[in-house]
Amino acid sequence: MESAIGLNHFLAVGLILFCLGLFCVLTRRNAIGVLMGVELILNGANVNYVAFSKYSAAAVDGQVFSVFVIMLAAAEAAIGLALVLAIYRSFRAIDVSVMRTLRG
Amino acid sequence: MLETAATHEAAAGVSYALRWIVALPLAGAAINLIAGKRLQDAAGRTAVAVLGSAMSIASFVCVVAAFLRLRSLPVDERLLLDTVSSWIHIGDLDVSIALAFDPLSAVMCLIITGIGSLIHIYSYGYMDEDPANWRFFGMLNLFLFCMLTLILGDNMLVMFVGWEGVGLCSWGLIGFWHSDHTNTAAANKAFLVNRIGDFAFLCGMFLLFWSLADSGKATLVFRELAHAVPALEGMTLWGMGVATLVTLLLFVGATGKSAQIPLYVWLPDAMAGPTPVSALIHAATMVTAGVYMIVRLNFLFSMAPFTMQVITAVGAATAFFAATIGLSQHDIKKVLAYSTVSQLGYMFMAVGVGAYAAGIFHLLTHAFFKACLFLGAGSVIHALHHEQDMRRMGGLRSYMPVTFGTFLISALAIAGVPGFAGFFSKDEILWRAFLANPVIWAVGLAAAGMTAFYMFRAVFLTFAGECRVEGHAREHLHESSWTMTLPLVVLAAGAAGAGYLGVPAALGGANHFEQWLAPVVELEHAALSHAAGGHDTTLEYVLMALSVATAGLGILLAYLIYIRKSLSAATFAAIGGGVPYRLSFNKYFVDEFYYGFFLNGVLSLSRALAWIDLHVVDGIVNGAARVVRISSDFGGAIDHYVVDGLVNGTATVVDRCGAAARKLQTGGINAYLYVLVLAVILVLFSRAW
Repeated sequence: MESAIGLNHFLAVGLILFCLGLFCVLTRRNAIGVLMGVELILNGANVNYVAFSKYSAAAVDGQVFSVFVIMLAAAEAAIGLALVLAIYRSFRAIDVSVMRTLRG
Repeated sequence: MLETAATHEAAAGVSYALRWIVALPLAGAAINLIAGKRLQDAAGRTAVAVLGSAMSIASFVCVVAAFLRLRSLPVDERLLLDTVSSWIHIGDLDVSIALAFDPLSAVMCLIITGIGSLIHIYSYGYMDEDPANWRFFGMLNLFLFCMLTLILGDNMLVMFVGWEGVGLCSWGLIGFWHSDHTNTAAANKAFLVNRIGDFAFLCGMFLLFWSLADSGKATLVFRELAHAVPALEGMTLWGMGVATLVTLLLFVGATGKSAQIPLYVWLPDAMAGPTPVSALIHAATMVTAGVYMIVRLNFLFSMAPFTMQVITAVGAATAFFAATIGLSQHDIKKVLAYSTVSQLGYMFMAVGVGAYAAGIFHLLTHAFFKACLFLGAGSVIHALHHEQDMRRMGGLRSYMPVTFGTFLISALAIAGVPGFAGFFSKDEILWRAFLANPVIWAVGLAAAGMTAFYMFRAVFLTFAGECRVEGHAREHLHESSWTMTLPLVVLAAGAAGAGYLGVPAALGGANHFEQWLAPVVELEHAALSHAAGGHDTTLEYVLMALSVATAGLGILLAYLIYIRKSLSAATFAAIGGGVPYRLSFNKYFVDEFYYGFFLNGVLSLSRALAWIDLHVVDGIVNGAARVVRISSDFGGAIDHYVVDGLVNGTATVVDRCGAAARKLQTGGINAYLYVLVLAVILVLFSRAW
């Protein structure tokens, strides 16, 4: 192994990012925190894309996808924040545990 | 019969505006009954009385004009016709509202409107204290309209309309003072008894039409009937000749209207009405409708010898029994009422033996003297403030000379004293009755003797002897006003002179009256003259002398008992242990018998039927209802528990599932995410395996 850093390290980083994001999404009660967790998950996925793109024979498909994901994440963050604003207006709070109006 | 029919067919009838005769009284009735109260309040009772009387007199003038027109025609063509409009035209039945005026109708119309007008004038004086003059004169005019319709009707149906109408007016006028229960009871009795007769009349009419329909000559027009009834010859129904059955039914109708046995009971009670009503309706006109009807249909009745015998027997029996009741009554109007029943019996006796013209002749003379007697009695009653008991009268001759004079003339007329009207008509009937059956003649003669007695009993008790009037009525005794005495005088003149219209050949007269009626009752005359084998004038003289002697005897007896007092009424009352007197005084208990037998019978029957209705019919109905209720309870239970159970059960299951499932929907986003993650992990692990 001449190089110490290989594909598995990237995948490990991606996994750590994904797990942190998932943990954040599952545990945070603040809506913005949840959104931030979602960003972490997306970026964990992005790391995977880019790593596979680097270490595989294929062209830049993975990198293109990651660009799409970044763009999509931006759009998602904008919409998510807008939703959070709207929620704040009607609930005077952004705590997701409070927002249970969809309960059956 | 055929000749008569042919004569009538040849006489197609002259068109003439007869409708005015009936329309004028109808107009008077309409005005007085609709607006009369306001008219009386505004213009006084004179206005309504003048209106009513004027309509009656105008109608009389129309009748006289029609009469003169009729007289100007040749004997065979004496028929005036007026078809007002068509009425019913269904299949064979073709009935028009048509009026016909022939010699018979002419006589009747002259009586009705002539005497009717006099009674209208009289009523103005008689009803001077009554607040409802408008109703009285309206009803009188309505009565004239109905009676004239009855007489002038060209067919049986129009006649029947009048026949019912006079019954209605009779009811309304008997019960005129309706605040007194006895008056309304009398009115209802008259109406109901008449209904029995009317029902039979109707049945007779139906049967006649129905039987004629078989022969293809169905008609109800009198002139056509004369032509058609020979077809009934030989037809039978229930073992009787149809002609006999029809005429018997019609005669039952006549007994109701004309107060003959067994339906005479209403007439004495009808005296509850105002006295002018008794004079007009229950003496001169309405009660003679039955006689008129039989004479109008004489061609039909002549076909049924059995019916003729029944009519004769009923007439004679009524004449006799009513006369015996009249002997003992204390109420002056009751005496006159039974006298009327008795005299109507004479008329039926006459038509029963085929002496139609004699019957109508007696009807005419009776109308004069009986109306005069009633009005005279009314004059007395009015003067005595509605006292009708002859025991509390007496000696009124000096106070009321005109009433006395006219009453006396009429009493002489009804008693059959020679020279007065009743003599000619009654002798004619007795003579014809003798030719038919001497027994009938003997009964008639006995009734004539009793008539003479009770009439003079009434005259003596009322006008002669000492005055038994009590209290302040005695101080106010006076002759009635001229509106009451004028009709009395005119009617008394008629009672004295009307007989000279029909002086029989035996007395050197030409009997104009019979000749006048000849076109209507021609054939029966010829037949009878043949049967009699010409005129036996000696026998007629003997019979005449006998009847005059009987009448004289009756008058003499009354004189001895009530004036000379050499005989006592009590002696006669005690004959046979007082039984005949009590029978007579209590009217043979016929009312009680009818009440006990028919009324109680009907009441018991209706109670029995009510019991059946309550227990059997209601039981069946309630039982059926209970069965239905139980079965529907059962159906309801099935519906409730099975059908509804299924529906509700389904709903309950779905509801429970929903309730369970909704718990998954927490609304908390974290929960969803946990589920999502767990599910992904599960999927991953399941793939790994």
